[in-house]
Amino acid sequence: MEAVAEPGNLADVRNIILVLSGKGGVGKSTISTELALALRHQGKKVGILDVDLCGPSIPHMLRAQGKAVHQCDHGWVPVFVDQEQSISLMSVGFLLENPDEAVVWRGPKKHALIKQFVSDVAWGELDYLVVDTPPGTSDEHMATVEALRPYGPLGALVVTTPQAVSVGDVRRELTFCRKTGLQVIGLIENMSGFACPHCAECTNVFSKGGGEELAQLAGVPFLGSVPLDPQLTRSLEEGRDFIQEFPKSAAYSALSSIAQKVLHRMPALLS
Amino acid sequence: MEEAPHGCPGVDSAQAGRGASCQGCPNQRLCASGAGAAPDPAVEEIKEKMKTVKHRILVLSGKGGVGKSTFSAHLAHGLAEDGDIQVALLDIDICGPSIPKIMGLEGEQDGESHCVKPSSLDTISDDVTRVYSDKNDYHVPTGSPEWLRLVSSGELAFLYVEDNLGVMSVGFLLSSPDDAVIWRGPKKNGLSLCSSGMIKQFLRDVDWGDVDYLIVDTPPGTSDEHLSVVQYLAAAHIDGAVILTTPQEVALQDVRKEISFCHKVKLPIIGVVENMSGFICPKCKKESQIFPPTTGGAEAMCQDLKIPLLGKVPLDPLIGKSCDKGQSFFVEAPDSPATAAYRSIMQRIQEFCNSRQSHNENLISP
Repeated sequence: MEAVAEPGNLADVRNIILVLSGKGGVGKSTISTELALALRHQGKKVGILDVDLCGPSIPHMLRAQGKAVHQCDHGWVPVFVDQEQSISLMSVGFLLENPDEAVVWRGPKKHALIKQFVSDVAWGELDYLVVDTPPGTSDEHMATVEALRPYGPLGALVVTTPQAVSVGDVRRELTFCRKTGLQVIGLIENMSGFACPHCAECTNVFSKGGGEELAQLAGVPFLGSVPLDPQLTRSLEEGRDFIQEFPKSAAYSALSSIAQKVLHRMPALLS
Repeated sequence: MEEAPHGCPGVDSAQAGRGASCQGCPNQRLCASGAGAAPDPAVEEIKEKMKTVKHRILVLSGKGGVGKSTFSAHLAHGLAEDGDIQVALLDIDICGPSIPKIMGLEGEQDGESHCVKPSSLDTISDDVTRVYSDKNDYHVPTGSPEWLRLVSSGELAFLYVEDNLGVMSVGFLLSSPDDAVIWRGPKKNGLSLCSSGMIKQFLRDVDWGDVDYLIVDTPPGTSDEHLSVVQYLAAAHIDGAVILTTPQEVALQDVRKEISFCHKVKLPIIGVVENMSGFICPKCKKESQIFPPTTGGAEAMCQDLKIPLLGKVPLDPLIGKSCDKGQSFFVEAPDSPATAAYRSIMQRIQEFCNSRQSHNENLISP
């Protein structure tokens, strides 16, 4: 099973973006999904690799649960989530027979699976490969960074929520990036503020500003704050394209501005 | 766990090291030797050590960021309001320990020479199998890392936030809040390979004293940490697990996995807590669903899976604020609907524990 990495499978992937956070539930999968959708709207071909072995959420968010992964000569064929085949997805969720099954894999096994995920998926030609990771700085992360390292421009988007408790975990994540030599494209603050749909009063449910402060402190670019938006959570629950359906919402403008920054920043990494 | 997909048969299985999936696994030889299946002497030790702990509660969630640490901390605060009850809070979230911050203990640890930094990251660019096979005794040659020595010698024992509320966290052991602990599986759980794994050490060497409630805050997922802590605590009987979730399906789908994990390892479930359940605007007092329960939320899931729903805790910006400040939310906002929800949940947990007091069967068959 230790198929030697087929260089071919990632050879036509131009940019690889890891979405990281030391903290769970801050919106990594949401950001990964929306970033992929936003990049798609910019006419890019995007792949998503969901490395969250214990809790893969992306298939649900893109309404691709239960799809089957097929084999071809070059390895696994990712699942296309749209008819235009502009977004392809590979997730451990596709490999579980029962969606309620817990994946209780230990370190070495996870590592082998991730290696396989990275080397054995026939992505074809992609402008961007977005890699969604589980929370923390553990096996999956190290394995993923190691496995992707040979394939070139690799950067990390780090997601946090505004509270100090979350920011604390993300500081550790930034240390992880530094130690593994992973370039930080920027920091995103998610769940920052909630505008009451009844009276439009904005409440900072999880306080505010922690992300930007941390970015300054750590000397990494701050890409923006995405407000709490029930339309966004609902779209993800129902597997709909938020970027397309709610272009007037505050979360939309935040997300598309972040996507723009990523688009402009990634080529800089190449040089 | 024989049916685990693409599966590792598990270290205690007859197939350990012999299954098709074991080919190429760095642990193959060790598993095949049967060392993993032998009863672990540490289990007995832990059982003995823990005799003074009356009730043990695990706080779990398949999903991250749903409020495990917030809940654990407040359960601890709440139980400790009764001055006659001794409460211990143990934080085993190795990668993201939040408890020190939430309990107002960040920076309390002796940060000078007592802290051992995460094992050298040089190893990650090496062949990874080496990390598993050759370097399992951490990076400290004696096999007894400095901090573990400190734990066992009592120098790094529980920190007390109240007379009857002690806290122990892996966070105390990081030399700076920026440090990432990047230990890999076998190092973390100390199961078959690493004789001095961190969690085992916690459970075996910490001087528990007379504790009425031990609350264990766990990292998200159904990974190594869970397995090991459940395995070790099982020998000394866990009362049960409280499972945290938020109302959305994307959280519930992870939580269902966690529940199936609990069943798998025969861990009793005290019940489910739905956190971040609705938000009441402080200005107009109207409620909105920030995380909409599109599939019926925890309530529908609990009915479906026939497990108790302990309660729903609404979003209150003050909860996050008091966590950031390291204060008890109950003291900060005694009249919040969230406080009322917490208190009723707490009571149900206590009732559960009391009714199990005499329960004495082995929860996990080896």
